[in-house]
Amino acid sequence: MGIPYYPGCTLSTKAKNYDRSGRAVAAALGLELEELPEWQCCGATFPLMLDDSMALIAPTRVLYQAQQAGERVATLCAICFNVLRRSQALLKRDPEMLERINWFTEQEYRGDVHVAHFLEILRDDLGWEALAERVVRPLTGLRVAPYYGCLLLRPYEEIGLDDPEDPVILHDLVRALGAEPVDFPYNIECCGSYLTVRDPQVSETLSKDIVASAREHGAQVIITACPLCQFNLDYPQRETEAGRTGNEIPVLYFTQLMAVALGLPEESWGMGEHYVDPRPLLNEQ
Amino acid sequence: MRIQISIDKVRGPFVRQVEEISGQNLLACNQCGKCSAGCPVVAAMDLLPSQVIRMAQLGMEEVLESNTIWICASCLTCVTRCPKGVDLPRLMEALRQVSLRQGVAKLDLNALPPELLREVPQLAIVGGFRKYMR
Repeated sequence: MGIPYYPGCTLSTKAKNYDRSGRAVAAALGLELEELPEWQCCGATFPLMLDDSMALIAPTRVLYQAQQAGERVATLCAICFNVLRRSQALLKRDPEMLERINWFTEQEYRGDVHVAHFLEILRDDLGWEALAERVVRPLTGLRVAPYYGCLLLRPYEEIGLDDPEDPVILHDLVRALGAEPVDFPYNIECCGSYLTVRDPQVSETLSKDIVASAREHGAQVIITACPLCQFNLDYPQRETEAGRTGNEIPVLYFTQLMAVALGLPEESWGMGEHYVDPRPLLNEQ
Repeated sequence: MRIQISIDKVRGPFVRQVEEISGQNLLACNQCGKCSAGCPVVAAMDLLPSQVIRMAQLGMEEVLESNTIWICASCLTCVTRCPKGVDLPRLMEALRQVSLRQGVAKLDLNALPPELLREVPQLAIVGGFRKYMR
């Protein structure tokens, strides 16, 4: 039996390439992701207000659906991961709230499903050395900028996946694939998140700074674990009427880079759906 | 700018409501400015994040007019660094909620370029609805 898996809305629609490459990589490593038989949107934001519990209903439903499948649930989307992991932490420390939501949903969520990011499963269940042994096409010489963003790391007290100021988990993954991680000062800066639907010019400024910083530090490709980071970094680099600048850097999901290094068939890479096509670069590898 | 400070305002209903929604003790902030120094979106804000909390401490409801509370993307950089453990993103959320509950809506998807709207991931739209509307 595989690991219960919650894809979330975006991985079923705009980020199918993340879902497809993630499942293919997991299966190749013996960590099959098994989609929950029933699930719905997690709400996409963890509610920061204390006097309104309505926004906790959706994530609690997801946690209940996960409970029916096992003791833990795997996520790929960094936003789903953050919302579910924080909701889980809240319900654990606030039994009164748990009871209240259960009363409303008429479902008995017991409050102890472990919400795991797939990166955590790679690190803790498999280990980087075991991953390195499975690499058939080492990405030797490829300079990869690991971009962490916000929600994979913060807040540390509830997420606790990695150091919130100096994370290493994506660096370690890049090394295991035989590539070279590129340190750059913007690797934990915000991409603008959903500002992109309200103030796109603000999020575009942020993402251009992030991409420029990665480039100045020698990166050839950026990797991320978040479909919104991926969009916010990739979309502003799209081809416009003015053409290309020649300074574009492809932005991949970490699972796509893994699919290449593990020698998986090209249809599982999902590389045709990017604004900056990564294929010319990867074909050189 | 001259500001009139009074106990009625500092201990008034606005401060009480903000503290209740956010769960934060506003007076814990000693104005070190670390939140403003590290905020990635500060360039687009009309008030610094530390100025927003200062105005909230003083019960100045006009802080709701600031664009800062809408530009804050809840990236949580400030809460990671605050030496006093103030959860500023929760305060920003409380100020947005006070505004939204007065019937203000801050998102108009029709104003977005259609090509962006076609491409943007679902979670940005769902997140936008959650953050900017009620």
